[in-house]
Amino acid sequence: MASILFEGLGKNYGETEVIKNLSFSVNDGEFMVFVGPSGCGKSTVLRMIAGLETISAGQLSIGDRVVNDVHPKDRDIAMVFQSYALYPHMNVYDNIAFGLKIRKLPEDDIRQRVKAAAELLGLDQLLERKPKALSGGQRQRVALGRAIVRNPSVFLFDEPLSNLDAELRVQMRAEISKLQRRLNTTTVYVTHDQVEAMTMGHRIAVMRPISGHNPLDTNLMQCGTPMDLYDRPDNIFVAHFIGTPNMNILPAMLSDDGTSIHLFDGQMPVSDEFRQAALAMRGRKVMLGIRPEHIGAAHEVDWPLTQTVQGKVEMLEPLGHEAILHFKVADHILVGRLHSHGRLPAIGDTVSMQLKCDAMHLFDPVTEQRLR
Amino acid sequence: MADMKTNRHILLHAVLVCFTVLALYPVFWVLALSFSGQQSVGLIDLPNDPSFFERFRAILPVPAHWSVSNFTEVWTEQSFGRWLWNSVIISLMTTVLGVFLACTAAYAFSRFRFPGRDTGMLMFLVSQMFPGTLMLIPLFIIIVKQLELGNTYIGLVIVYATTAIPFCVWMLKGYFDTIPYDIEESAIIDGASRLTIFWRIILPLAKPAIAITALFSFMTAWNEFILASVFMESEANYTAPVGLRFFVGGFSSQWGYFAAGSVIVSLPVVVLFLQLQKYLISGLTAGSVK
Ligand SMILES: Nc1ncnc2c1ncn2[C@@H]1O[C@H](COP(=O)(O)OP(=O)(O)O)[C@@H](O)[C@H]1O
Ligand SMILES: [Mg+2]
Repeated sequence: MASILFEGLGKNYGETEVIKNLSFSVNDGEFMVFVGPSGCGKSTVLRMIAGLETISAGQLSIGDRVVNDVHPKDRDIAMVFQSYALYPHMNVYDNIAFGLKIRKLPEDDIRQRVKAAAELLGLDQLLERKPKALSGGQRQRVALGRAIVRNPSVFLFDEPLSNLDAELRVQMRAEISKLQRRLNTTTVYVTHDQVEAMTMGHRIAVMRPISGHNPLDTNLMQCGTPMDLYDRPDNIFVAHFIGTPNMNILPAMLSDDGTSIHLFDGQMPVSDEFRQAALAMRGRKVMLGIRPEHIGAAHEVDWPLTQTVQGKVEMLEPLGHEAILHFKVADHILVGRLHSHGRLPAIGDTVSMQLKCDAMHLFDPVTEQRLR
Repeated sequence: MADMKTNRHILLHAVLVCFTVLALYPVFWVLALSFSGQQSVGLIDLPNDPSFFERFRAILPVPAHWSVSNFTEVWTEQSFGRWLWNSVIISLMTTVLGVFLACTAAYAFSRFRFPGRDTGMLMFLVSQMFPGTLMLIPLFIIIVKQLELGNTYIGLVIVYATTAIPFCVWMLKGYFDTIPYDIEESAIIDGASRLTIFWRIILPLAKPAIAITALFSFMTAWNEFILASVFMESEANYTAPVGLRFFVGGFSSQWGYFAAGSVIVSLPVVVLFLQLQKYLISGLTAGSVK
């Protein structure tokens, strides 16, 4: 069991800075998900935890030990690679047992541990097979087996499900979550898929590529529970990244007294959360965020405070239980949600939709931070 | 339509058969000579005024009388056994040395970034552009004059290994490059050292490529004539190819012994090829290996 502590962690390849100022912690027994677009440095951080990449700046601790200069084999971690990285010339048993053999455990002990891991993962009938003769899901399980058999204090996963088909991915997602909850091992899980992040993590760290040369710049955009990120995104990046369909982000103007917002032709009251902040920013431009589920048709919703917008339907995505409606207001495309099974509007129709006023998020247009 | 197709097939096969016969004819001739029990290069003595049938019979690679005496005599009355033994020792030592050095070098070239890496690979390639005989004099000076390894196994082994290594390194590096680095990183986390990874992960995975390089190293030493004839002065140290030449040198023309010796020399190579066939195929398609 161990926690992981990042203190001002940085990584650069020559001149290129990839990771900068990373400071946060993963608690003991926690399932932490790193999520962010491709190329934002998730794998790099994971590999720094594993010891496969050197650390250019800052300090990394696992448990109460600084591990900057500790060899990967002495960090008491196990890693599952995107490609699974099974040893192709060894059968399943030897693949799982390899780490234990290298560490010279007694033969009996090895056999027992491999057997236990194989049973846990439903691999007991496949121990004699070579990786070549396994399906994608089975290989994935062998990779998991190789990780859990050593009983490490930290699990590291680098996009382990991205090579599986959609159905298997959902299944393995649940299995990995269940496994982690059962073993209670500190876990860092990297993915670019926000659905994986939302469904699996105790907490999520949202990352993005570092943009400028600002010394305070960092990859970490926000770290919190899935619901934190969803309900109270710290900045526009997180607001936009978490949730499908994406949150609508629209330019708006605070009224001179800071109690209401001009959006398109209408006015809407500032919600309680932002009352203080709006007062400070009165008369200025803000960015208003609103999730698609908070834009609905008048006859379908029952919201106390709403504002009506009218637009032209651009696209409709019927999903059965609901339909995603893309409509154009002024120069902006808004995305809303319809519940009805009945008559859906056609492309080009004019629709009238309600915005739920107390579900808005306000951001500073310059810093892109949530107003507070 | 069908007729034209059949005709084309027949034509194609006729041409192929012609070329096959052309390629195999000398081999059959040597085989026939070795089993003829005589020492002349022809198989049949033609009468003064031969008929067409007699001429045709003379070019057929079939001995007048079948006999294994050439084989038994080469083995018992000549030093051929000794020469063959020299060849076996030298070739095996070349193979072991060549493959060992090529594997370690290729692994370093494939996995590590160090100054001189690209130049090193290029030098290996350049060394392959010169014919071996061009190197004869410098090699002679180095091996015989300076290292005083003339007329020894070691001298020849060093020369053969150096000749074989560049090709082997290129071959093996190309193969190592196809082994995903993930696998090694996974082993590092599992606690394996570089050496363990090399022995227990990389080498077993590279078996096909190693088989090819081993075969190549072996053949380099086994078939080589010029260097061996220059370096090995005493008759007792001749390798098989040099010894074969001894049968048809200036003072003798024992073509029967020559043929029987040749057949014996080529047997191990044939057996090796058959044994390594499955590796050869997968080794040559390296890169598509996953
Ligand atoms: N060896 C390297 N040399 C230079 N740049 C690298 C190297 N490895 C990764 N990078 C860069 O670091 C960034 C982060 O990479 P990575 O951690 O793999 O991203 P992610 O896993 O989030 O997709 C990328 O922009 C990539 O180009
Ligand atoms: Mg990655």
